[in-house]
Amino acid sequence: MSEVLVLVDFQNGVVKKPTFELLTLAKRLGTPSAVFIGGSGDAAGVAESVKKYGAEKVYVIDDAQIKGYLVAPKAEALQQLAEKVSADSGGLAAILIPSGAETKEIAARLAVKLDSGLITDAVDIAAADDGGAVATQSVFAGNYTLTGKVTKGTPIITVKPNSAAPEQADGAGTVEEFAVTVSDAAKTAQIVATQPRQATGRPELTEAAIIVSGGRGTGGDFSAVEALADELGAAVGASRAAVDSGWKPHSFQVGQTGKTVSPQLYVANGISGAIQHRAGMQTSKTIVAVNKDEEAPIFELVDFGVVGDLHTVLPALTEAIKQRKG
Amino acid sequence: MNIVVLVKYVPDATADRRFEQDFTVDRVEIDGLLSELDEYAVEQALQLKEKRPDDEIEVTALTVGPEKALDAVRKALQMGADKGVHVVDDAIAGSDYLGTSLVLAKAIEKLGAEKPVDLVITGMASTDASGSVVPVMLAERLNLPQVTLASVVETQGDQVRIKRDTDAATEVVGATMPLVLSVTDQSGEARYPSFKGIMAAKKKPLETLSLSDIGVDAGQVGLEAAYTAVEDATARPPRTAGEIVKDEDGSGAQALGDFLASKKFI
Ligand SMILES: Cc1cc2nc3c(=O)[nH]c(=O)nc-3n(C[C@H](O)[C@H](O)[C@H](O)COP(=O)(O)OP(=O)(O)OC[C@H]3O[C@@H](n4cnc5c(N)ncnc54)[C@H](O)[C@@H]3O)c2cc1C
Ligand SMILES: Cc1cc2nc3c(=O)[nH]c(=O)nc-3n(C[C@H](O)[C@H](O)[C@H](O)COP(=O)(O)OP(=O)(O)OC[C@H]3O[C@@H](n4cnc5c(N)ncnc54)[C@H](O)[C@@H]3O)c2cc1C
Repeated sequence: MSEVLVLVDFQNGVVKKPTFELLTLAKRLGTPSAVFIGGSGDAAGVAESVKKYGAEKVYVIDDAQIKGYLVAPKAEALQQLAEKVSADSGGLAAILIPSGAETKEIAARLAVKLDSGLITDAVDIAAADDGGAVATQSVFAGNYTLTGKVTKGTPIITVKPNSAAPEQADGAGTVEEFAVTVSDAAKTAQIVATQPRQATGRPELTEAAIIVSGGRGTGGDFSAVEALADELGAAVGASRAAVDSGWKPHSFQVGQTGKTVSPQLYVANGISGAIQHRAGMQTSKTIVAVNKDEEAPIFELVDFGVVGDLHTVLPALTEAIKQRKG
Repeated sequence: MNIVVLVKYVPDATADRRFEQDFTVDRVEIDGLLSELDEYAVEQALQLKEKRPDDEIEVTALTVGPEKALDAVRKALQMGADKGVHVVDDAIAGSDYLGTSLVLAKAIEKLGAEKPVDLVITGMASTDASGSVVPVMLAERLNLPQVTLASVVETQGDQVRIKRDTDAATEVVGATMPLVLSVTDQSGEARYPSFKGIMAAKKKPLETLSLSDIGVDAGQVGLEAAYTAVEDATARPPRTAGEIVKDEDGSGAQALGDFLASKKFI
């Protein structure tokens, strides 16, 4: 079977969950190989993690000479790897890349370089009868589901977090160092400073199984939202109105210009349900809302809704959950 | 200095957006407008022009799209852009990312041949397809640095510095013009066209270009030449109406707790 390259999502010293989801999807298409762009010192740890999800090979691209530049050198490195693997083994089944702000840009540059089709933000991937890859996208704020294929070149597909349940599988995890030559032309946008995001101590928004969000209806007081989130082990999200008011940083924003999330449970509090907010959360498995306006459009989406004041409903709910837990 | 700002014409997000038989977006029946996220790009271009009067900045608004897409250019002109360019050709219909970015790149090259382009400014994503990849593809095709997803933009001479939020960090990125800059909706409120602006826009130069004008072969773009094919588009079945209860003396929390327990969330 042909190889499928999976770009590893590695942050703060760990391989992030979407990598395992992508490896799981990759197995449907061919033999998964992980590609790690980072410090050589981390390679052994990465290989340990990804082989548990079926990675047969782990290509390590040492980032010493490309660190500090934006996107372009990484795309160049991936291009060289893809061309080499393709030449050695007679073709690549696909290249899977996690959907993130930076990784989508890598995918975009790579598509032009490899003269290959790109599908973005897939929520599922299946093998086609003819051996290709069929990707599913959820579009127009979740109102349509598209299935499609790359018809030219090597399919490059970016996949949203939470698109598959990671399945463990034994892979060889053989580490292969891959040396790249990065052109000066790729080193033109320099990262002058980096401020890592402060850890919140809560699960990450895009990966969380449960998200409790607050909007303008919180009036700026997120304490009831946060207390419920902590009781449920959930991440905290916010609408743009809450972010624009300065109540939460932009990294909390759910929606078209914030994060797209797809948790098992989404609890919207004091959020009206504007189309741009829906665009970011409509694919959540179960949706619950608390809003004091029974006409709020968010109620059109919910599996369960409470018409009431979030400042009384949420603390009572948090208390009730505490008691159930005993 | 020469700035090209990209403006996409999109179907109104609050209308019932849908697909045609061939799975392309219905861009004719549904009312369209300038993608709201591109207003931020126009705004940044205009702010630069105002901040740097000595550079005699000219702002060109460029769109690729059907006849009606001219509305997007018009809006940009009303906001204050100096001239408009509309690439329109039946052969473009159904283009994917690679086709669209090729047409845009060739159009920018053509404009650049007349007068070098220092900055290409785009929105962070369109509000219809939301790919958020065209700006980077343009940078790749034009062999220009990218400074993308800017929430703050600063320039000095030919240097551009931006702040951008990625998934793990906030970064400051710098590069030298010419370059491609994309801006987010955090970059600053976009202005409304003034009455004066609306009147002035009517007299601003507008150029219409076909594929042959920009040196693109019709066989390179459009639905047939696309690198991707949509095989099916299904409207999501309407969500079955959920249960909605009114909170009275704590009954809401109780009912919600029961619901969450029934779904095994607690
Ligand atoms: C191009 C573009 C991109 C956008 N991107 C995003 C995005 O990414 N994410 C996003 O969220 N929005 C986005 N928006 C904005 C979006 O259109 C809405 O303005 C925004 O989502 C509204 O936020 P909200 O629901 O918190 O506020 P509102 O719409 O003001 O709703 C507040 C709700 O709280 C309820 N409420 C008030 N008090 C209480 C109380 N005590 N208890 C319970 N309920 C209460 C009210 O009944 C109301 O329904 C975008 C807009 C545009 C044009
Ligand atoms: C629901 C949906 C899903 C799609 N998925 C795919 C896919 O997976 N792969 C694929 O190859 N194609 C896909 N397409 C087609 C693709 O969206 C179009 O080719 C589109 O013209 C460009 O992509 P975008 O709107 O996502 O651009 P984005 O990358 O989101 O655009 C960013 C910015 O580029 C500028 N820009 C983009 N297009 C234009 C334009 N026509 N004129 C002027 N400026 C412009 C604007 O400033 C815009 O803000 C999809 C289309 C739809 C409707």
